[in-house]
Amino acid sequence: MRIVSVNSVTFNQHQKSMAIHKLQPDTWVDNYGDYLFNFAVGRVSDSEIAKDLVSETFLAGLKSAKNYKGEAAERTWLIAILKRKVIDYYRKINSKKGKAEVRVNYSSPSNPEGDWLEERVADPYSMLENSAMENEELGLAIQECIAKLPKKQSMVFTMKTIQGISTEDICNELGINPSNLWVMIHRARTALMGCLNQNWF
Amino acid sequence: MMISCEKAATICNKAQYREATFFEILKLKFHVLICKTCAKFSKQNTAFTSLCEKANLRSLSEQDKLKMKQELNKGH
Repeated sequence: MRIVSVNSVTFNQHQKSMAIHKLQPDTWVDNYGDYLFNFAVGRVSDSEIAKDLVSETFLAGLKSAKNYKGEAAERTWLIAILKRKVIDYYRKINSKKGKAEVRVNYSSPSNPEGDWLEERVADPYSMLENSAMENEELGLAIQECIAKLPKKQSMVFTMKTIQGISTEDICNELGINPSNLWVMIHRARTALMGCLNQNWF
Repeated sequence: MMISCEKAATICNKAQYREATFFEILKLKFHVLICKTCAKFSKQNTAFTSLCEKANLRSLSEQDKLKMKQELNKGH
């Protein structure tokens, strides 16, 4: 991968003093793909669109790799790009929609309660929004931990737990036997529990 | 009837994916009654499963990842 070496050379020239973070586009898909995907699904709630956004993010990241100053961690930097992509996406679909009529009304005209703002504020007893946010955070925390696993373990765990593929199919696809699979699942689960332990149990 | 801790852990993992047989679960329950370490592991493992369910995890398929990698390589 030529660009990596070129990048790290220019990077080193610019910032010899604080050479902490380096971009490694070869590892992006494996290390951050699922993390970014989960993040994107949380924002656009359509997995096809989310997939495209992640894909675009990687390409944009590659294109602007020379602008990477090494101040933020790789993942943070990619998330920042993804956020821009999400905003762009909403701008695009908004411009497509009819711009003619924008009606701002707090309640429907048939609503006898009137337009009082007080009636429209969030229900303080509702825990729904909070738990949705918390679950997204949890999802990202788990993905972060999965990314730290050895490649084969993370693959087996993801296929089994997230994609719900049957033991038999996974064994066939990866050329392993069931007891191998369960050993890997065990290691993955133990490692993940340890990784999550501090915050979530 | 008494199984090893290693065996108990395997059954416990299988149970997380609903792949343990009734008889296996019976053996696990019996083991957990006696073995405190496995009882703790079993409890945590089950909690982890419900966390995973709650988190509504998504992932890209291997094909999608492969496609992205190829696109990235083209961009190089």
